[in-house]
Amino acid sequence: MSIRERLSGNEAVANAMRQINPDVVAAFPITPSTEVPQYFSTFVNNGKVDTEFVPVESEHSAMSACIGASSAGGRVMTATSANGLSLMWEMLYIAASLRLPIVMSCVNRAVSGPLNIHNDHSDSMGARDSGWIQLYGETNQEAYDNALMAIRIAEHKDVMLPVMNCYDGFITSHSIENIELLEDDKAKGFVGTYHPEHFLLNKKEPIAVGPLDVQPYLFEHKFQQAEAMRKAKDVILEVSEEFYKLTGRKYGLFEEYKMDDAEIAVVVLNSTAGTAKYTIDRLREKGVKAGLVKPRVFRPFPVTEIAESLKNCKAVAILDKCDSTNGAAGPLYTEVTSALYTTGITDVKTVAYTFGIGGRDVKSSDIEKVYTDLQEIVASGKVENPFRYLGLKG
Amino acid sequence: MAYNLKEAIQKPNRLASGHRMCAGCGAPVVVNAVLRGLKPEDHAVIGAATGCLEVSTFIYPYTSWRDSFIHSAFENAGATVAGAEACYKAYKRQGKLPEDEHTKFIAFGGDGGTYDIGLQSLSGAMERGHDMVYVCYDNGAYMNTGIQRSSATPKFADTTTSPAGAVVPGKQQRRKDLTEVMAGHHLPYVAQTAAVGNYADLKGGMPGTFADITTKAEKAIYTEGACFLNILAPCPRGWGYETEDLMLINKLAVETCYWPLYEIIDGRYVVNYKPKEKRPVADWLKLQKRFRHLFKPGNEWMIEELQKEVDERWERLLALEELTNKVGE
Repeated sequence: MSIRERLSGNEAVANAMRQINPDVVAAFPITPSTEVPQYFSTFVNNGKVDTEFVPVESEHSAMSACIGASSAGGRVMTATSANGLSLMWEMLYIAASLRLPIVMSCVNRAVSGPLNIHNDHSDSMGARDSGWIQLYGETNQEAYDNALMAIRIAEHKDVMLPVMNCYDGFITSHSIENIELLEDDKAKGFVGTYHPEHFLLNKKEPIAVGPLDVQPYLFEHKFQQAEAMRKAKDVILEVSEEFYKLTGRKYGLFEEYKMDDAEIAVVVLNSTAGTAKYTIDRLREKGVKAGLVKPRVFRPFPVTEIAESLKNCKAVAILDKCDSTNGAAGPLYTEVTSALYTTGITDVKTVAYTFGIGGRDVKSSDIEKVYTDLQEIVASGKVENPFRYLGLKG
Repeated sequence: MAYNLKEAIQKPNRLASGHRMCAGCGAPVVVNAVLRGLKPEDHAVIGAATGCLEVSTFIYPYTSWRDSFIHSAFENAGATVAGAEACYKAYKRQGKLPEDEHTKFIAFGGDGGTYDIGLQSLSGAMERGHDMVYVCYDNGAYMNTGIQRSSATPKFADTTTSPAGAVVPGKQQRRKDLTEVMAGHHLPYVAQTAAVGNYADLKGGMPGTFADITTKAEKAIYTEGACFLNILAPCPRGWGYETEDLMLINKLAVETCYWPLYEIIDGRYVVNYKPKEKRPVADWLKLQKRFRHLFKPGNEWMIEELQKEVDERWERLLALEELTNKVGE
């Protein structure tokens, strides 16, 4: 029997880490992820885990210590948000290129400046091309489940890439929800033990990590990294299937909500998907054929699958909780429209909304407005302005 | 453990030859002397900051490092090696490694990667007390990127970002004293050393190359906790000396008291070598092209100023030795 609990997102993730029992956790406090290392250090000091906890002096050192520990052969985890992730930037790319299966909770928060501690996706979206697998979760349950699955995905021999477990700051990290935890032995059985193939601490086979990699080699090494990211898609599905058998909770590359007959749909990440589902239920009562696609896996991006899911819609709104400041629209929009075009789907109207920046509240009435706009687009057959803002004060 | 020259030189170099460091460079001498401080049976995880040492010793697919080696970036050798050490502790706690097998952790960084961009990472790793040694090979500028000034560059030195110009005669700031910064961390063992004496252990005089570095390295490696070594590592390109003069440059740095050999053991200072007659700093400066402009007529004041700085620092060091030994009594 699974354990019914009431936990905040951060506490749930910290409990997943307790069950995972990593060799090393190196972290630095930053709102709203601070609670993760905070809860975890109590597990360490109360002897609940075997982990060496490294309370570093910065996020740059957090990721550097994770890199050292993972290269040494350890199962390694950390957590951060916003500017903390920014300070890690250099090391994110290095962790991925060294093929280190580090798992990090990225508790999404607006990147400065100006300073703002509230939720948007500018942090993890900025790191979308750093070589990390990115999982996004709507609820505390998903944040917890993704933390467990992330270990298996990262450490899979076909992958060996770091994984970012992204969930919304405060909305998910600090809100208390009902949650089902796996029993410790089941969680431990699921994640198993990590057996690194090559590692610094192996006296029998000393290795050298992090070379100067010049023109004859770097391209091929980066290709291998890109291949691992491509292979990660199948591994994510395999691991999710195994998790489903264990828990009954089903995960894919994305979640579809009432998409079977949807004529208009919203694509949105994380907690806003909950608001969208609520809105869809109300609209459906009025006979509006509204649906939702909530990507779970943003890296690797499920190009063909997401296009397949949206191909029968007449109009789709893609909502980004960050602005690419590219004079156009955010990264989710760019990826989804590119996926449609790449797969030859050109008759679905698309429109971008930038929303929720710096924790601006998103109400069901805002989402309803998006569906109303989509209905207008369908009626007129035209997208007057493809790059829109939602909830921006006039 | 008494230093034994015969034993020390019979140990194989743990940094294999064939690397691409320049002839006359002080760094590989430093590295091999430090690694002689390891017991032959012990495994080592060695880290390096981005810099000459790293880009010349580990060019894919070749490595000069016989031990396990890791480089990740420029400013984080402290944190990277600290992470590996943390994993070792966790492995040991869980019985994942044989009980009688020991791994030691050593990080190398140049002065740029240590005094400047890596100072925070170093400070953090030392303060947390990881069982590791951080070795700064100090060549007094960013040599790998082409001789730019660092906070370790001596005043008036000509570098590519502090050129000796018609108006500004080289670097305008005094050198940071990193050994003293590390002393402020209250570590169990901090030492400053240089490769001097060219293999000979001169009894009662200046210690030999491996005698001073290797003895201090051995203490640092086998003292539990975070330890720090600051080691002078001249650079023929950046300093402008003849390659065969490497050992002479080292010797004069010590004889002039520009680079005193000393250690701080649990807060107690020990000055390892006090020259009977301190040589003028000009003797050391004049062998180096980076100080050439100091010897032009009218620039005598610069040499005088440097001499004053060396004298003040030396007197302060002797006073600290006296003070800290009194406190210990």
